[in-house]
Amino acid sequence: MKQLAAIFLIGLMMIGISSFKYRATKSSVATTDTNKWPAKFGFGHPVTQVEIDAWDIDIRPDGKGLPIGQGTVSKGRAIYVQKCVACHGEGGKNQVEVKTIGPALISDTVLKARNKTIGNYWPYATTLFDYIRRAMPYPQPGSLTNTEVYSLSAYLLNANHVTADTIQNAKTLPKVVMPARKLFVFDDRKGGPEIK
Amino acid sequence: MDKKKYPKISRRGLLGGVLGAALLPVNKVLAKRLPGLIPPDDPTKSPGRGTSKLGQRSKYENPVKTTSDISSRTPLQDMYSTITPSDLHYERHHAGIPDIDPAKYELMIHGMVDRPMKFTLADLKSFPAVARTCFLECAGNFRTGKEEMTPQDILGLTSQSEWTGVMLSTIFREVGASHAAKWFLAEGSDAAVLTRSVPMYKAWDDAMIVYAQNGEAMRPEQGYPARLLLPGWEGNMNVKWLRRIEIGDEPWMTREETSKYTYPVKDKIRMFSFEMDARSIITYPVYPNKIKSGYLEIRGLAWSGRGKVTKVEVSTDGGKTWLDANLQGPVLSKAHTYFRHLWEWDGTATEIASRVTDETGYVQPSVQQLADARGTKAGGYHMNPINWWQIKADGSVLFKPE
Repeated sequence: MKQLAAIFLIGLMMIGISSFKYRATKSSVATTDTNKWPAKFGFGHPVTQVEIDAWDIDIRPDGKGLPIGQGTVSKGRAIYVQKCVACHGEGGKNQVEVKTIGPALISDTVLKARNKTIGNYWPYATTLFDYIRRAMPYPQPGSLTNTEVYSLSAYLLNANHVTADTIQNAKTLPKVVMPARKLFVFDDRKGGPEIK
Repeated sequence: MDKKKYPKISRRGLLGGVLGAALLPVNKVLAKRLPGLIPPDDPTKSPGRGTSKLGQRSKYENPVKTTSDISSRTPLQDMYSTITPSDLHYERHHAGIPDIDPAKYELMIHGMVDRPMKFTLADLKSFPAVARTCFLECAGNFRTGKEEMTPQDILGLTSQSEWTGVMLSTIFREVGASHAAKWFLAEGSDAAVLTRSVPMYKAWDDAMIVYAQNGEAMRPEQGYPARLLLPGWEGNMNVKWLRRIEIGDEPWMTREETSKYTYPVKDKIRMFSFEMDARSIITYPVYPNKIKSGYLEIRGLAWSGRGKVTKVEVSTDGGKTWLDANLQGPVLSKAHTYFRHLWEWDGTATEIASRVTDETGYVQPSVQQLADARGTKAGGYHMNPINWWQIKADGSVLFKPE
């Protein structure tokens, strides 16, 4: 009887161990709670399209999210002088003798080792609009109008010799082919012995 | 271990010193009235101080972060185990630390979902919670170039906490996230409104929204009141002060994932490098320690963004031979793992290093191996080479820049 009990006990322990293993590998939530989760917990509240639109400011490479309006190179240059020069320097170029707070924005379309700018390193023109509108100018983020952001995008693309276009809007910006686009590849590291 | 650091002489301390020199008996009275001014010769002969609402470190211990305008670095050489005290967690901000009222905080989730929704902080805390201990590391975590560098200087942009929050899969289930969706956008409510695209498979795997760090509410520097946690993935993607998630079918190609956090690999530029590959560093003996011949314990940290550390080897002869170090258990997946290796130093000059192997069979590479794989222009991000320390015959220790 004692032997039987011992076997039974070992059996129980093994079930315990295997079921623990199953839970631990099946999900990172290791649980012994036997209550099933509901289809919905009912926490949180639904949002309206107006609430979504108030926060949804992202722009995709296909142009999804770009607002109406347009900007010009000449207006962009004027805004740059007024609101960007303080950090990014005259003409957006890093000068050897001047250390700017912000990175250089303008050079050309050829990538050199330590000279990453819009013209030679940015793969998508839509990123310019998205980033300038959400985060620039640094002391007053989110203060530029859509027209001003289009104008700055037009100026920076033009000054980097990416395009000769003098106007940018929701139709033109996604079509700008950035010189660095062809250089970008997805990560192919995957663990294991190979160093990549 | 030569780890004691004394605090700077304070005004009060100086005052006590001056008084002490002038009027010894009065000083003794003062010391009794103002406990903490001067340590007693014998702590068993007078009662100690009382309780306090908030504890403090011993006044004889002063570990600090080193700071720049945009980041601060954890003093890895002062860590005796793997949890980083919350006030020593590294920081990297892109437009400062926002001040967010938890009562007004909301997280919005929309896009390819059945039910676009907002969640208050109380809502997030209502969901079934999970705690996970894992490291965070900035993808740009590697500095070199001179011999007088500490582990903090070289690799201080990594820290570890126990994080508590809700599995992202639980929240995505609640909003009815589309299983056809491939990516989601995570957005912060800092002044950079920082955004990163994250593949959906991470959400269904081990991603979390966390609101607590080491048992208490998360610190503002780490994303208060709630942040994204992607165990093992580059720090920048673990978006802090999380305010919005949009679910979609392609990446957004944000500034942070195109013009930043990408790096040249030979004639191409590698993007979306999510996992932090395995790395390790000796944290004792290091610069500026001075060692004596005889037995000492080599100590350090190892980790991998791809799973568990399975082995740490230490070389004390410049790489001719490698011996296994002891790993302090429990060894957790995607977590800092403490290692120790006993060494009898014979007093001759040599070089020491550690190298880690993770459960995928990846072995931490040398600088040369990384250069061979990526070209000499690589650098910047995801550099995880073996770090060598020079032991001089006089016992001084210097970093070996390569």
